[in-house]
Amino acid sequence: MSDQSTEAQQELEEAAKDMPAPAEDYIIEIEEMHKWYGEFHVLKDINLHVNRGERIVICGPSGSGKSTMIRCINRLEEHQRGRIVVDGIELTEDVKKIETIRREVGMVFQHFNLFPHLTVLENLTLAPIWVRKTPKKDAEQLAMEYLEKVKIPEQAEKYPGQLSGGQQQRVAIARSLCMQPKVMLFDEPTSALDPEMIKEVLDTMIELAKTGMTMLVVTHEMGFARTVADRVIFMDGGEIIEQNEPEEFFHNPQSDRTKLFLSQILAH
Amino acid sequence: MSEEATQSVFRVKHDADRHEDMPPPRTEVGVIGWLRKNLFNSWFNSLMTLLAIWILYKFIPPIVDWFIISAQWADAPPEVCKEVSGACWPVIYEKYRLVIFGRYPYEEHWRPLIGVLILIGVVGFSTNRKFWRPWLGLVWLGGLAAFFAIMWGGFLGMKLVPNNLWGGLPLTLLLGLVGVTVAFPISILLALGRRSQNVPLIRALCVGSIELIRGVPLITLLFMASFMLPLFMPTGVSIDEVLRAQVAIILFTAAYLAEVIRGGLQAIPKGQYEAADALGLNYWQAQRKIILPQALKISIPPIVNTFIGIFKDTSLVAIVSLTDLLFAARSAIADPEWRAFFVEIYIFIAVIYFCFTFFMSRYSQYLERVLDTGHGARR
Repeated sequence: MSDQSTEAQQELEEAAKDMPAPAEDYIIEIEEMHKWYGEFHVLKDINLHVNRGERIVICGPSGSGKSTMIRCINRLEEHQRGRIVVDGIELTEDVKKIETIRREVGMVFQHFNLFPHLTVLENLTLAPIWVRKTPKKDAEQLAMEYLEKVKIPEQAEKYPGQLSGGQQQRVAIARSLCMQPKVMLFDEPTSALDPEMIKEVLDTMIELAKTGMTMLVVTHEMGFARTVADRVIFMDGGEIIEQNEPEEFFHNPQSDRTKLFLSQILAH
Repeated sequence: MSEEATQSVFRVKHDADRHEDMPPPRTEVGVIGWLRKNLFNSWFNSLMTLLAIWILYKFIPPIVDWFIISAQWADAPPEVCKEVSGACWPVIYEKYRLVIFGRYPYEEHWRPLIGVLILIGVVGFSTNRKFWRPWLGLVWLGGLAAFFAIMWGGFLGMKLVPNNLWGGLPLTLLLGLVGVTVAFPISILLALGRRSQNVPLIRALCVGSIELIRGVPLITLLFMASFMLPLFMPTGVSIDEVLRAQVAIILFTAAYLAEVIRGGLQAIPKGQYEAADALGLNYWQAQRKIILPQALKISIPPIVNTFIGIFKDTSLVAIVSLTDLLFAARSAIADPEWRAFFVEIYIFIAVIYFCFTFFMSRYSQYLERVLDTGHGARR
């Protein structure tokens, strides 16, 4: 977390300079959104507007609703009140609209969720072939391009079970990118990884950020937040407590809960 | 000192310090070691080993004697057989065609023989994973059409043989194979239906039919299909008897398989569904490409278990007067001259059943092995 070596720190600062600026129109609009699990009010009055190309890091203690919030954006979770509009389409019960939005929104999971019965290449080409109706040849070519980008083209014919955790997560990122989404959601992408594999996944995400991708990242990697984020959001108890640019957020937190959280996470 | 030199110094030292390879203790290797380790490693195991040896000693020699040594092997009339103390194998030379082909006209037995070979051929063909393509369904349709054509006859100078005269192995294979292959897709739909949360009506329908069919014995289903169904039919309309039994077997198998497959579906982690959803796959795409391939793979052992059970349960069609393999065997030894040698006949059909079920069992183990892509233990 905070105790990264100065060398790594410098590397991150270098990377921070390359980040393109976000545009000024909203790709995601969340307004007065509420969600309940049964009686439990898990998300309370969420308001969030995301610019095209903006990179947002969402942090907060476990159980604060941060994963649930981003999972509402591609309807893995259903919200009960309020509005979510993604790229001009409002999320409703309409299955066609949900499928359209899911095509444009990629997601990377904590536990990778690769398809273990398919090779890496098949994992990458499945959705383009079946959802986008891309011809197999083109889909494979695209998949190889993205495998190059995440630096594991030589693993294309292997099964996920034969790869390390870090490699699997990079494959998962490439799999999402193969759908050429407009937004990428990351749900604690490094939390299930061994420490020595975290960096390779973060590097991949930094490269992705440089391409101007809109990213919403739930993570505890504060170094990553400093480098990449245009905005850091702090959630607690199902609410957005505070949001700010990373510099301000880390050096000048406003609420007590944010201060407490930061002191806990940056203490060691 | 260079790094290389240091290493070589260490290597020499290491080599000098090395212990000589010694042979392992006598008790660890060879026959004696194996015996000690596996059969006599505690007083309880020693006791068990001795008990097992005693049982084998008591049972194996008489079995070998009855089956082989004292058995009558050469063809002989039943009177000769009555004199020998062992098995009377001539009864099988005499009756095997009746057992295998049942009441099918004797001089036409080459036709059910070809029929059986066609069915076995289709199954054998389907065991190759390369052929698991949509057109494999056409191969099955073609194979069954050829089977029915040659069994029914009535063309090319072949005598017409209605299916109430079919029997023995062809009938058993037909009921078993068609039962399993038609029930399989139905069971998948039932299992998916039972798990669909969004459509309560379909769910209730699937749960209802599974529980109802699974809750009654196969005999009852066969009996109802055979004797009750005609009562509800308008006069003049009759459904073929073999077909009625076949439908009962299909329904029964589908209900059992549906629960087996549901078990497999439940074992698939939620993350797989979420990943499929997040990529924009619709329900059927996700099921077909992601969920079912994995769920069916982990269900292979219980699926094959069900297949084997159903294959043997086809013998229950005797209750509705269909001459399956078992019933044909019983008819064959109705002959008073050979009646005394029913054990040999039952052993004969037991061997036939075993050949087919053992093949299924081995094939399922092979499938499990080749479909393993190394997940589970590792992630």
